[in-house]
Amino acid sequence: MSTTAFPVAEGAAPEGRAMDLLRFATAGSVDDGKSTLIGRLLYDTKSLFTDQLAAVEAVSAARGDEYTNLALLTDGLRAEREQGITIDVAHRYFATPRRKFIIADTPGHIQYTRNMVTGASTADLALILVDARKGLVEQSRRHAFLCSLLRVPHLVLCVNKMDLVDWSQDVFERISDEFTAFAAKLEVPDLTVVPISALHGDNIVTRSEHTPWYEGPSLLHHLERVHIASDRNLVDVRFPVQYVIRPQSTTVTDYRGYAGQVASGVLKPGDEVMVLPSGFTSRIAGIETADGPVAEAFPPMSVTVRLTDEIDISRGDLICRPNNAPAVAQDIEAMICWMDESQPLRPGGKYAIKHTTRSARTVVRGLHYRLDVNSLHRDETATELGLNEIGRVRLRTTVPLLADEYRRNRTTGGFILIDETTNRTVAAGMIVDTN
Amino acid sequence: MSGTAAYRVSHLDALEAESIFVMREVVAELERPVLLFSGGKDSIVMLRLAQKAFAPARIPFPVMHVDTGHNFAEVLDYRDQRVAELGLQLVVASVPEALEAGLVRESADGMRNRIQTPVLLAAVEKYRFDALFGGARRDEEKARAKERVFSFRDDFGQWDPKNQRPELWSLYNGRHHPGESIRVFPLSNWTELDIWHYIARERLALPSIYYAHERLVVERDGMLYAVNEFIRPRGAEEPFKAQVRYRTVGDASCTAAVRSDADTVELVIEEVAATRITERGATRGDDRVSEAAMEDRKREGYF
Repeated sequence: MSTTAFPVAEGAAPEGRAMDLLRFATAGSVDDGKSTLIGRLLYDTKSLFTDQLAAVEAVSAARGDEYTNLALLTDGLRAEREQGITIDVAHRYFATPRRKFIIADTPGHIQYTRNMVTGASTADLALILVDARKGLVEQSRRHAFLCSLLRVPHLVLCVNKMDLVDWSQDVFERISDEFTAFAAKLEVPDLTVVPISALHGDNIVTRSEHTPWYEGPSLLHHLERVHIASDRNLVDVRFPVQYVIRPQSTTVTDYRGYAGQVASGVLKPGDEVMVLPSGFTSRIAGIETADGPVAEAFPPMSVTVRLTDEIDISRGDLICRPNNAPAVAQDIEAMICWMDESQPLRPGGKYAIKHTTRSARTVVRGLHYRLDVNSLHRDETATELGLNEIGRVRLRTTVPLLADEYRRNRTTGGFILIDETTNRTVAAGMIVDTN
Repeated sequence: MSGTAAYRVSHLDALEAESIFVMREVVAELERPVLLFSGGKDSIVMLRLAQKAFAPARIPFPVMHVDTGHNFAEVLDYRDQRVAELGLQLVVASVPEALEAGLVRESADGMRNRIQTPVLLAAVEKYRFDALFGGARRDEEKARAKERVFSFRDDFGQWDPKNQRPELWSLYNGRHHPGESIRVFPLSNWTELDIWHYIARERLALPSIYYAHERLVVERDGMLYAVNEFIRPRGAEEPFKAQVRYRTVGDASCTAAVRSDADTVELVIEEVAATRITERGATRGDDRVSEAAMEDRKREGYF
């Protein structure tokens, strides 16, 4: 027996069919059937394994549950099982022949809003569940607002438990209309509403016979086909320099490459570029990967860019086009979601800030208002932001950030604040304005 | 890179780009990273990604193997060969040496999974590593599904699942005090099938035990264990020959084989795509100890 092997069948093409990737977050109130829906999606796409199911059945039986509790599939921590609630984001994976999916299963409880924000920060799409019997509740509105704040491009409202309202078209339309009216006050670019029964599998994978009045796609059909390619910004070239590659080697000499992941835009060899914050201009000499040079780089590719001129560039700098640059700003207006339970955010507070690959320190110059995420009311008398609260602040940073508005660019518009004593991540920030 | 005209990337390219980004962040922001390398398929993929992240420069960190002393010979050979090819520094954290020195005690069942943890932590302390790359994937196990890409550990190496740092966008927080460390999981979003598609695409050589071969085994707790110096037939167990392969490579005393005829990478992909049993469920005796076995081990500092 050989010690290493790469055995290939004769005539085989080793690479599987190229699928794309959709990341989605789930949201919804506690008993709206979120875990059942995820269990159903995993089960119907054959992504649920028999040993996982057997383990869940055994635990359900031992606990005396009347039915197999699919929530146990996603609630993986001891504390979650003990309390019967989801505390932290769990990531789940499934694939269909068309697409691969990453689910960020986020908690519904209000005290875990920060985890919902975490899950939504990278999502292409969010599923919001409501119970058809209860209609929209506070939590549905809160989650819709958070998705809009985080600029999740696609929203799907799943009106669940339709079987318990006799598949009533009226009920569905009333909830759908109410939600659509609420979403109109937010920035929700794409909204789809689907009547479902997660427990029975209606309109999950295939269209249900129980809803002849519903003419839209099944949930999975929508997830497989929702158009996400144009969500990426291919216009504004933003390449935050992550790491400078300079081999100390006798075979590779005089190599200096700027490694990073393309945040937006398309880079090509020969392009004229500007480096911030210095403002020097140069041209792209080559774009390289370990597999060889590429003719173009676009999001989310991780590449190494070489320039024709010797310029001093380090981590935290940003490559863009001379006529299309982000702001170079030390004064930032931002929406903040506060995530620390031990201390509130207060004007005067100093934190470490991480924005793209750039780290600095920052001071909170002012708190404009605290937002009530249910009524969208702005409380301008607020003097601090507590755990899970959202507000608008003005920050001053020690070095300029190379920043865009979050609504234009989720990568160059988002940042985190870190407590310099505890090193904990205490806030998520979204840039509103830079001047 | 396929489909350049439409500016599309395949899911495998997207996962690769994300993992490379994570590795570069660690090297840029932390002082002394190390990559845990067991010779298993996930850590082999990790080494490939590390090569890609820093090319044309060499991988800028050493690799470490936590050696339980219960290894498959093919895997150790593979480890040494790969380390030599890439010119890497290899640190071995040895459980047998720790047993001899009296730092840990053999557990009653002979499994060395649990006593790996103090040996790992001692090596981290000795070499002052502050970032440890691990090949764990969230699809492996329910406690793993909850873990961050940058997972903070206190100065005892402990994970506190209720007190994890929020992880937003791709802004990873690697700050820590001396003695504390960050476990980093660049393969968090990969599945077993993704790993195999990547092995096929990159034509990565693996230890031969990943492909079907004939082996003398005993059946124990419904799983097939290779008969070797670590696993002896007990009581009524009758050793027999079977066509098997390994889905995971771990400690030889608690890692089981699965029946399989898949002797090529394509056949393995077909098999993994069709299986209805998870990788760990099929092969790892150590996860069966209790409902939260993995969570409990991770709290103590296990990977």
